[in-house]
Amino acid sequence: VKVTRWQSGFVRLLPRVIAFLLVGFAVLYVVAIANPLPEIGGNWRTTTFGSAFDDPASFVRILLDGITFAGLLFIVASGFSLIFGLMRIVNMAHGGFYLLGGYFAYEVQQRMTGEGFAIAPELVSTWEWVAPLLFASVLVGLIGLVVQQLLLRWNQGQDLRQALITIAVSVIIADQVIAHFPRQAAIPGGGNAASITWPGWTNQLVDLRVWGVEYSLARLSMLTLGVAVGIALWLWLYRTRTGMVIRAGVDDQQMTSALGINIQRTFAIAFFVGVALAGFGAVVGASQGAVASGQDGQWLLNSLVVVIVGGMGSLFGAVAGSLLYGLVFSFSAAYLPTTGDNCCTQYSIVVTFVLLAMVLAFRPQGLFGRVG
Amino acid sequence: MRLAPAKLFERAVAVIALVAILVGPLIFSDYWISALLTQALLFGIAAASLIFLSAYGGMVSLAQTALMGICGFIIGNMVTERVAGGETKGLTLGWDPTLSIVLAIVGTTLIAMVFGALSARSAGIYFLMLTLTFSVIANYFFGQVTLVSGFSGIAGIDRYTPGFVGDIVGHEDRLYYIAAGTALFAYLLIRYIVRTPFGIALQGVRDDPVRMASLGYNVPLHRTLAFGFAGFLASLAGVLFVWWQGQISPPDVGLIATIELLVMAVIGGLWRIEGAWLGAFAFIVINNYVRDVEMPVIGGSFNTIIGLIFLAIVIVSPGGLMGLWDRGAELVAAGRRLGGRPVAPGGSGAGS
Repeated sequence: VKVTRWQSGFVRLLPRVIAFLLVGFAVLYVVAIANPLPEIGGNWRTTTFGSAFDDPASFVRILLDGITFAGLLFIVASGFSLIFGLMRIVNMAHGGFYLLGGYFAYEVQQRMTGEGFAIAPELVSTWEWVAPLLFASVLVGLIGLVVQQLLLRWNQGQDLRQALITIAVSVIIADQVIAHFPRQAAIPGGGNAASITWPGWTNQLVDLRVWGVEYSLARLSMLTLGVAVGIALWLWLYRTRTGMVIRAGVDDQQMTSALGINIQRTFAIAFFVGVALAGFGAVVGASQGAVASGQDGQWLLNSLVVVIVGGMGSLFGAVAGSLLYGLVFSFSAAYLPTTGDNCCTQYSIVVTFVLLAMVLAFRPQGLFGRVG
Repeated sequence: MRLAPAKLFERAVAVIALVAILVGPLIFSDYWISALLTQALLFGIAAASLIFLSAYGGMVSLAQTALMGICGFIIGNMVTERVAGGETKGLTLGWDPTLSIVLAIVGTTLIAMVFGALSARSAGIYFLMLTLTFSVIANYFFGQVTLVSGFSGIAGIDRYTPGFVGDIVGHEDRLYYIAAGTALFAYLLIRYIVRTPFGIALQGVRDDPVRMASLGYNVPLHRTLAFGFAGFLASLAGVLFVWWQGQISPPDVGLIATIELLVMAVIGGLWRIEGAWLGAFAFIVINNYVRDVEMPVIGGSFNTIIGLIFLAIVIVSPGGLMGLWDRGAELVAAGRRLGGRPVAPGGSGAGS
């Protein structure tokens, strides 16, 4: 069968057209179509919030929710991406390290304030939040370093075996967390959920002076922390000698070590930083919500989606992936049609899959990933 | 046809295993048959689909548990009926069980093809990550969407079996023999598929995708089809699973279940199909007997023990039990070689 140029062009164009129409429809839905109807039942236009035209304040709030969540996503996923980019290790225990970080910080904050499970935000000073953060990040980073030195150093290059080893580590961590945390009193009947408290001064709403939107300062500081981590990582990778070595290692590991650079030391540093970022993110995440068993899977998924969308081992890819995933996450939760009798939509996870599928269909290496 | 002694011994073990499975209900207690062996046989099929992809396609998939569960959820939604007064979950379509099972298997295979097509341009470790992501998304999908499942899942599926299967709740041996027959069918089908031109080309894709592409083979298509076939196998396991367990809920496709299937495959060995059932059997027996044991010194439940066993296997013998078996056979053969017998070149299989 002879395929004409027009036919093959059409076949190649069709998925692009479909993807374009899908994205266009989603944007149009949020901007103009969505319509919260008060009566019970509703139709396909019924959502919890109105369109951007009808209800600009809600739109801005959801936009900010997405961007601030992206800040948190970036902190966690950049660590995952750093480890993968340099060492080709898919750290399946990243979610496990996240859990550990959250619980370590919780224990430290409890000991510093001595206030029991529910601490009033006014009672927490900035130092009583920063100290648990530093302690948890460093301790989790050190545990990661031990895992890397003992279990991953000697089988460099066997990527499947390393992934299996980190899976085993994640199983052990998840079970140990259930057995030992939280050590302080937990909420009765609340499983082992534990929540860290933001410093008191973040517990207020900021008037943004746009359509009268007042927004949580805690969520804005989450974004600020994400941006700060991003800038610090950029300075480290692009302006220091260690960063230069890491970038060289990402490009050509053998050549880098052939030049007389101690690549094992660089691996150890990068693994420490990558895992410490999981702990850092956990403290921020547990301050905004709570940390609980089962979130290891959630955060492994989040990290995977961010790096698959953004591209493996790329700092800018992690930024782009976090933003896209954060926005899709918050907008799909808010704007997908509801059936009327339920409060929220159930289908936001489908949109995550569609995002992933679209990126994989057009750029299998991710938005900022390189081939090979 | 003359066989090497190791091969001959292997055949003998296989025959003994088959006979043991056949007369199983006479030898083993009811608990072993209904709880452990049936479970091992059906999870072995799912593990075999994982090993097939890994051994012959170079793709380690973490989506097999999810595919198995998707098949189970489809059946659950189709066969169960709306009971008056009872709180029912899912769509409760109340369709004919035979039709439902066919539709579920076809549907799962198609979903597997979509997953495969999306990840077909990557291999190795990327493939692992992509399939894990699909699997976790499937888990959240069933957890959140109350229309088809919701958190507590669908129960009472084992009451709706096709006429030719009959009552499996009252007759536990029946499901055991069905599982054994399906497992044998799956094993022979894999053995057949890998010898077809498609199977040979797939192994070429595993070894050198670039060369195969330049020879004119469509690499993504081969991977997609292989994934679809593995999805078909997983859906068989899914049918047996909902009959065996009677119900299905989101934790059955959760991260822990996904890892457990991988552990089975790794215990058995990711390079040989036979390892699937060996690994499933070993895992399920271990799991059954350490479930109530607590980890001494560091604390924690049997999951810590499972994790440590898994870690030990990956570190000591990446080939799993079948890897140990092959290594033992090699040592025996080497010992004979020292005895002065010549060894024919090219005698080793392509399985490693």
